[in-house]
Amino acid sequence: MNDLHHQWRKAKNWIVSGLCFACALMVLLPLGLVVFHLIRMGASSIDWAFLTQLPNRAGEPGGGMANAIVGSLILISLAAAIGIPVGVLGGIYLAEYASDRRRASIRFAADLLNGTPSIVWGIVVYALVVRPMKGASAYAGGLALALIIIPLVIRTTEEILQLVPNGHREAALALGIPKWKGIVFIVLKTARQGILSGALLACSRVAGETAPLLFTAAGNDSWSRKLSEPIASLPRQIYDFAIGPYDDWHRQAWAGALILMMVALAINVTVRILMRGSSLPSGQMTQM
Amino acid sequence: MSAAAALSALPGRKSILAPPSKAADTAFYALTFAMAITVLALVLIVGVELFRGAQASIHSFGWRFFVGANWDPVNNDFGALPFIAGTAVSSILGTAIALPLSLATAIFLTELAPAWARQPVSTLVEMLASIPSVILGLWGIYVMVPWLHDALFPLLKRYFGFLPIFQGPIGGGYCMLSAAMIIAIMIVPIITSIAREVFRAVPDSQRDAAYALGATHWEATRLAVLNASTRGIFGAAMLGLARALGETMAVTMVIGNRPGFSASLFAPGSTLASTIANEFVEAVSDLHLSALFELGLALLLVTIVINLLARLLLGALGRKTRLGL
Repeated sequence: MNDLHHQWRKAKNWIVSGLCFACALMVLLPLGLVVFHLIRMGASSIDWAFLTQLPNRAGEPGGGMANAIVGSLILISLAAAIGIPVGVLGGIYLAEYASDRRRASIRFAADLLNGTPSIVWGIVVYALVVRPMKGASAYAGGLALALIIIPLVIRTTEEILQLVPNGHREAALALGIPKWKGIVFIVLKTARQGILSGALLACSRVAGETAPLLFTAAGNDSWSRKLSEPIASLPRQIYDFAIGPYDDWHRQAWAGALILMMVALAINVTVRILMRGSSLPSGQMTQM
Repeated sequence: MSAAAALSALPGRKSILAPPSKAADTAFYALTFAMAITVLALVLIVGVELFRGAQASIHSFGWRFFVGANWDPVNNDFGALPFIAGTAVSSILGTAIALPLSLATAIFLTELAPAWARQPVSTLVEMLASIPSVILGLWGIYVMVPWLHDALFPLLKRYFGFLPIFQGPIGGGYCMLSAAMIIAIMIVPIITSIAREVFRAVPDSQRDAAYALGATHWEATRLAVLNASTRGIFGAAMLGLARALGETMAVTMVIGNRPGFSASLFAPGSTLASTIANEFVEAVSDLHLSALFELGLALLLVTIVINLLARLLLGALGRKTRLGL
């Protein structure tokens, strides 16, 4: 009897372990499937024409996503140009200057913003920029993405600056170096890899964002000559082509998605390499 | 002669000991302060702009907006209930699917997996989080939905068809359940990461105590780890839910986008976010646009409340994971 109970407990242990293992596999299955299908459906369509040509008129096969790829690069550059300096400087304030109370309240605000659904940013920038300017533009799209980057970079910068030992700051002050020079040339320099990683991750996140661009950057079938014109972007083009009626669009959507996915993965791997040997495990880093 | 005076007497050393100019320091401080303050300003701006945009709708409908079931842009009558219900059903269901899978994965990662497998597997789980929403939506349309439609849904209907949620026509497969599945895929990485942090926070001495009493591996996990983590697990689920509520693209692509109520999960639906994504650009009137602003406001408020709840439950736990996810 007792022996039977013992056997049952052991069996239960094995069953649950097996289930947990199976669940872990099941969680990873979508990742494998997505990558598999992206390569199978997208790889053959990525060619010179796809990378260099404009989309053809609706329904006509052929053409490419050159304008969307360039558009995405422009939008991300704009977002990075606004978001990263603001984020890094704000993070410096939190880590180096802020009193506990101020730090808590600004952190709280940043966390609130980080939890904001990305479509909400689209609406807000629509009200702030698109409506007054009477039209979608690259500026508006870049701003919407920048507003997502700012709270992310503030928090990552702050976390990473806190890893810099206080001895560095004290050594700088002991040499009579002004505080700001100590921060810029010693603290920031020590933490530059981490800060760069945080910034890269933020960029890779917004690179895949579609929702905030829907009503801000809108879309464009051709090149945008000015930043005040609507501009195409890769995620938006993938979305339009994916839900569109033509087979050739679907083919191109897969190709575009493969490119986008490769960019996201490349940034992730870069960050891991950058963060190797840092005291912050790269696993946590990519989650930040 | 003091050391300082001696030093400053040396030629060329004067500049080091001269009191540094305060101006540059003050300027740098002011600059960083201004940038940090933008975050507070942004919170205000988001709230004010959404509220201003929603003004017309709030005026016209008041509280009726949230209980009205009719969404009729042509006749300028707007009630958000179908979308509120759709958001609630899809995200709660998605979280319910994701939670057990995530917890089991987290248990596997912290308690069972051999040391060499832990890092690679967690890295892969994190990679899942880095798939852009629109790509998951694309995959949803061309791979997941057809599979659900041909394989899983008929099975559910055959064996669980007595439940009202699995009754009714299966249609094209673009439905509430598909949306919940895609949401589950998207939030599994967050819940897993947080749960991992929560489980790791349980001191090893607790596990050792269970083993000392003769517990098996699973019993030790259940008694020492899971029992001590209830709060954290709720927190992780709340955080996943908060993410699920705001998911836009992937959900929009597979949910079918038709407002309405149906007990069946095989029926198409729509959510707050998907409605905004679909109708905002083509809003037919100012009141329509304003109603969409109000949907955004409602979405924002609900997300904030759920996020705060998660924060309360998790405390300092999961800080790293929470950042930006």
